[in-house]
Amino acid sequence: MAVDLEKLLRPVDNPAPPFPPKVVTLANGEKMVIRQIGRDDIPTILPFVEPLIHVERDYYDIVAARLYAELLGYYRHRVQDEYVLVAQINGELAAIVNGRRVDPKVGMSYHTLSLKRGMRVGAHAFAAKMEYHIDILKQDEVLIVAESPIGFRRWMIEYKLEKRFHIQHELGGVPSFSLTRELFERARGSLIVGSRPVPKPLLEKAMAAILPPADPPKPPFDTLAATRAAYDSTGTALRIQRRKQEKGK
Amino acid sequence: MRDVYVIGIGITSFSRLEYPLVEIAAYPAIMAMKDCGLTKVDHLFVANMGASRLNHQTALASAVVDHLSLCPAGAECIENGPASGASAIKAGYMAIASGLHDTVMVIGAERLREANNLEATDFVASLTHPLAEQIYGVTLPSMAGMFTRLYMEKYGVTSRHLAMVAIKNHDNAMFNKFAHLHEPISFEGILDSEDALTNNPMVADPLRFYDMCPVSDGGACLILASAEVAKKVKRPLIRLAGVGQATDTHCVHERKEPTDLLAVRGAAAQAFKMAGVKPSEVSVAELHDAFTILEIAESEEVGFFKKGQGHIALAEGYTGLKGKLPINPSGGLKAKGHPVGATGVGQAHEIVTQLRGEAGERQVKNAKIGFTTNFGGFGNNVVALTFIKEK
Repeated sequence: MAVDLEKLLRPVDNPAPPFPPKVVTLANGEKMVIRQIGRDDIPTILPFVEPLIHVERDYYDIVAARLYAELLGYYRHRVQDEYVLVAQINGELAAIVNGRRVDPKVGMSYHTLSLKRGMRVGAHAFAAKMEYHIDILKQDEVLIVAESPIGFRRWMIEYKLEKRFHIQHELGGVPSFSLTRELFERARGSLIVGSRPVPKPLLEKAMAAILPPADPPKPPFDTLAATRAAYDSTGTALRIQRRKQEKGK
Repeated sequence: MRDVYVIGIGITSFSRLEYPLVEIAAYPAIMAMKDCGLTKVDHLFVANMGASRLNHQTALASAVVDHLSLCPAGAECIENGPASGASAIKAGYMAIASGLHDTVMVIGAERLREANNLEATDFVASLTHPLAEQIYGVTLPSMAGMFTRLYMEKYGVTSRHLAMVAIKNHDNAMFNKFAHLHEPISFEGILDSEDALTNNPMVADPLRFYDMCPVSDGGACLILASAEVAKKVKRPLIRLAGVGQATDTHCVHERKEPTDLLAVRGAAAQAFKMAGVKPSEVSVAELHDAFTILEIAESEEVGFFKKGQGHIALAEGYTGLKGKLPINPSGGLKAKGHPVGATGVGQAHEIVTQLRGEAGERQVKNAKIGFTTNFGGFGNNVVALTFIKEK
């Protein structure tokens, strides 16, 4: 008897209301449109995420690698109830956030990747993700982890997230925190900002195409610098290693 | 006393540097040696504030002199809080002017990334009075907030004037590849729009996020020399013509008038007198704008404007890059960055670059006399320097 394996491997998504686009004014006065994208848009953004896998700075490598896999999983129907939001400035991709619904009451935040650094671009995109879970999907809480100190400061400290260390987050071993509806309401108007509807020309520009980021994060000059600085504060080990390499030549 | 010249300069980016502190100090030194062609110096002064506390490293100068293969040159550290950099330049000046040495390397270096923002704020707050200020939770931002509130009430400075300083200095930093922040900002984004309070939240009322300098790592270097050496080096002749230093009470509340920065006033007066120039003759200045209000207040105290008129001159564009007296063309501490112990050397680096005519898109036209103010504590230990371009 023939078995259609794809039917077994492919999860069936539950219907969910879409994220209504919003616009946020950045510190430089630029308007950033945040909107939901579908599976068909994923191949467009994957090439913008891939280079960041090689950026060993502020955990871009880990976040980009994991996000790439999650986007691929979404595109190839291997994650249930996932969604993806993008932030665009003049059409250019500025940030990507994603997550999924665990059940009707609980959301699972996956990743926030800023392709434009500074200006709270990532923080605004993350806030939109929380808004989607609490306001649009009407969930009671969102489970969140941070892989970088910047993320910890932005999410755990700024939102004063509650500990949920006994709950295993889908991203792995790091302790889970939770944004509850109450915490979300406290942040509304201060951390959760932006307006709707998005003016037509801005939305049309964003919808027309997802353009590559103009100035994406770049690797540091020395790809081992972060490790070296942490474990070899005087640089001695590196100089010995270089001498050995030079002698070897 | 002998004349003293700046013959070589070097700098790192002021940002988050993923290099050991010794390398942060050594890199600009190598650039400065390359700049002037010297391979040896008589002495090194290394300015730094946090090595022992944040980087678990003492005697930084001994490490740096060996790292640069400059032994047996003398080497020592200078720690004078955020004014360490200019203090080290002053020490270098004295060494050459007195005839003790012919060439002195002055390095400023700081690596603050070991500390998170809270730890960095706590570290800098350690310069306040331990019993009268520190134990009550005083931080430099809180001190600046109170100072700003008084300044606003007394002189009519508004949040918009503070934002003007921030916007101007962020714009200037866009032309400086070494600056920490390459982010243009606007009134709409940080003050006027519905989202402005999120982009620019209150930190220490009335000071907001964009009124504060970033926490930076960085290094800078000047090589000072006697006239005899300077004339052999084929670089523009920039004379360190005036050096001034003054102090004020450790506790700010003990000052008769808290909005007066008497140490700034005193240090600047000395630096101008020694150089034989007037404030009105200055072509370009780097003032210690760790908080936006300080650029305004210092511009008055050093004599560029009358007391209470600095914000008016700012609003009229007088201090912009194309104004009559550009202040902080580098981006200042506000946007170029503030690696505390290195800041004073970084300011001097910018002035020398301007006087040499090598500042590119941020070049101030016909810059002949440059001035810096390096502000230690909350104005309790200030060093001012005057530089003159010679033909």
